[in-house]
Amino acid sequence: MSVALRRRAVDWGPPLVVFAVGILSWQLLVVAFNVQEFLLPKPTQIAQTLWDERSSLWHAGIYTFKEALGGFAIGSSLAIAVSLVFAAFRPVGTAFMPFAVAANAVPIIAFAPIMNNWFGLLNPFSKMAIAAVLCFFPVLITTLRGLTSVDPRAIELMRSYAAGQASTFRRVRIPASLPHMFAGLKIASVLSMIGAIVGEYFGGPTTALGVTILNASAYTNFSLAWAGIVLASAFGILFYGAVALAERLTTSWDPSRRDFHAG
Amino acid sequence: MNDRPAVSIQGVSKEFGSGVTALSGIDLDVRPRELISLIGPSGCGKSTLLRIIGDLIDPSAGVVEVNGKPAPRARVDHDYGIVFQEAVLYDWRTVGKNIALPLELLRWSREKRAARVEELVRLVELEGFEDHHPWQLSGGMQQRVAIARALSFEPALLLMDEPFGALDEMTRERLNMELLRIWEASGSTIVFVTHSIAEAVFLSTRVVVMSPRPGRIADVVEIDLPYPRTADTREEPRFFELVTHVRERLAGRGAQVEPELAEEAQ
Repeated sequence: MSVALRRRAVDWGPPLVVFAVGILSWQLLVVAFNVQEFLLPKPTQIAQTLWDERSSLWHAGIYTFKEALGGFAIGSSLAIAVSLVFAAFRPVGTAFMPFAVAANAVPIIAFAPIMNNWFGLLNPFSKMAIAAVLCFFPVLITTLRGLTSVDPRAIELMRSYAAGQASTFRRVRIPASLPHMFAGLKIASVLSMIGAIVGEYFGGPTTALGVTILNASAYTNFSLAWAGIVLASAFGILFYGAVALAERLTTSWDPSRRDFHAG
Repeated sequence: MNDRPAVSIQGVSKEFGSGVTALSGIDLDVRPRELISLIGPSGCGKSTLLRIIGDLIDPSAGVVEVNGKPAPRARVDHDYGIVFQEAVLYDWRTVGKNIALPLELLRWSREKRAARVEELVRLVELEGFEDHHPWQLSGGMQQRVAIARALSFEPALLLMDEPFGALDEMTRERLNMELLRIWEASGSTIVFVTHSIAEAVFLSTRVVVMSPRPGRIADVVEIDLPYPRTADTREEPRFFELVTHVRERLAGRGAQVEPELAEEAQ
């Protein structure tokens, strides 16, 4: 136990030190050069605002996080389903992959007002759609790569057992793809929060975090805007952490992860 | 004893799409309960021949029968198990579940699977490692898991593609001894691909010497060392004679060096 604790301290120590030093220098520089609040508020001021406005900010954060979560769920599950089809029927994959790439090239900012128009400004589904589009591509690419880059001998072995395609997917391709898939899901978790907030910038209920940040900036309440940004990042990081935890629980067998954590 | 060959190869050739002729006019019968080695330099098509026996690739010409059945039928009937140079274990499965994988596909019940895994773990001397994951094992242990997995459903034929090629010399020699023990205990026929002359001579009832471009059989050498073979076998003069003989055949020389051997090979 104490060994585990010490290793945890070694893992977490350096980033915590960097964080503390960063915040401290920010505070000192703002004070030393007398930077105006509308340019950059002091960390203490942002923290004060976070505390003062905790109730409304928290509700706004939860509202936006639900949109992000919905979009993540829709986009990721669609991407996983599509990657299974592409991997099982290679010609279908070859035929449709260019369009998946093209869809990814759509500037999400241009797409956001259209989604708001389709589903309604106040309907959370309009923001979920934007988040889903952002999540789709990284999950598709990584999962497809995992499903198709299996050791050919692992597939030969299944053939030697006269296993069918469904069985080979269930027993080999899908488990082998999990580490790749989680890499995509981790990217998607952060993107989903960004997608929801971008959607809210083009209009949404005042209870949403993106709208709160936008309005605070418009009314020159910059410490509130910064507090909103900090909260949005915190939700993004927490979501990422939750996905990383799920990864740790489901792919503890993965030797490549094992090497990284060894010693 | 059944006189039908365990594997019958007639007129097998293989050309790859690139125009390379990997195998040309291969004829070979493997007798039941034999441990036969295919040896030759890289590019002689020995691994290709093994894969054709296992119906993992199709021959361009010729016929392969396993246990009197066409090779594709034999594969579907689970007539053989295969072991590669790398263990190719499934990382997400424990040792026990790796061994039980073919049995799952054969729809054995959980109890039967557990009983069989226990037997096999004992056979390959990995008691206590059933719940370990592959990354927790050494290379030699991983290869023993792969062998146990190939033997799990008691196939009449075991195909081995340089199974000990990636291991260090000491592990390799120990696993050679283990393989002989397992072969004698299981009563299966083994077709064994190797780069090592000493390994081929030590293990085999016969050594098939192959030559490259195009891959064909240069000679079949009968190994008349008595079983059970032990560490002492490697020090017998006859062992060295046979090693020398195989080496000369591999080099394409010495066809008449030892007339008595040539007679025995008939």
